[in-house]
Amino acid sequence: MLGYKSNLIILMVSHVVSPFIMLFALYVIFHGHYSPGGGFQGGTIMAASLLLMRLAAGREIAQLQFKSVLGTPLGSIGVLIYFGTGFAAMLSGGEFLNYRFLPFAGFTAAELRSLGILMVEIGVGLAVMAILVAIYDDLLEGYPND
Amino acid sequence: MTDLFLGHYAYWAIIFLLILGLYGMIFKNNLAKKLIGMTIFQVAIIMFYVASAVKWGATVPVLDPVTGAADAAKYISPLQHCLMLTAIVVGVATSGVAFSLVIAIYRRYKTLDESKLLERMKSS
Amino acid sequence: MKIINGLLLISFGALLVYASLGLPNRGDVDAVMHREKSPAGSQGASSYYIRNADKDANTPNMVTVILADYRGYDTLGEETVILTAGLICFLILRRKKNKS
Repeated sequence: MLGYKSNLIILMVSHVVSPFIMLFALYVIFHGHYSPGGGFQGGTIMAASLLLMRLAAGREIAQLQFKSVLGTPLGSIGVLIYFGTGFAAMLSGGEFLNYRFLPFAGFTAAELRSLGILMVEIGVGLAVMAILVAIYDDLLEGYPND
Repeated sequence: MTDLFLGHYAYWAIIFLLILGLYGMIFKNNLAKKLIGMTIFQVAIIMFYVASAVKWGATVPVLDPVTGAADAAKYISPLQHCLMLTAIVVGVATSGVAFSLVIAIYRRYKTLDESKLLERMKSS
Repeated sequence: MKIINGLLLISFGALLVYASLGLPNRGDVDAVMHREKSPAGSQGASSYYIRNADKDANTPNMVTVILADYRGYDTLGEETVILTAGLICFLILRRKKNKS
């Protein structure tokens, strides 16, 4: 940010609070089955925890938490997880994205669909988090800190 | 008459928000203010869908083990909420791309005012 | 010029308010979109999703089941939109290195 001076209280509070926001985001993703939540909501909250460190401590120190070069590759891996679940269902005999044909043994049809939903939500959460942080980093690329 | 007003006042408030967003897009000269008007327009559309999904006396669309799933009038309609989740995230992506275009325009022409920008584009 | 724009904006708002009078009352349980059968005779979408989401996917949250199971193809397309937006932001704001 232009003319950026760090404030001690904001710095200390951000160091403490940011991991707890990430933990809450993981809770929202994995409890998307039983309460309002899911992939998009949890991914946005996780992006908020990473952006908090970028706003409070500057760009160089926040590289220790999440490197900027990891933004777009992680987004591609998230889309690949979604596609991979669909292809695993297709290669095991069903149609694309039909979760009943996933190749895990010992589950009923309804439980297999629940497992497919969980894998898909993890992929979506990862992609949303990585791309939101990547857009922020690209918009503020050339500005000097302090 | 009061029945008509009580059944439609939410839609009229959302139409007011939509007109506010359109006013920002048309009447302001700065490019960044036009983008803020576009964001207000998107939020108004999302709120319109979500406001139309309500049923009186119904609860959140998460299955309650006491109530059961047989009666569909006890839960609000989940279809509009699902479609608007997609719309919110697409709105964020669109805003990101629009602001990066504004930054690229500023780097090239050194102004964000619409009339000065048109002069510089014609002369260069 | 601005007066014509203002009149067009106000008339557009009046047209939208007139069109919203045709919508059913908000919250009506007997509205057409919440019924079991649509006017064309086919199954109504939201009532089918409410009644069958938990039985099909072992999941109490109906919105997640619709998003990831019944309409999972749309969610795949939407995730591709997010990825493409991230790539566009990276490509527009790149600075070319000066070869000196």
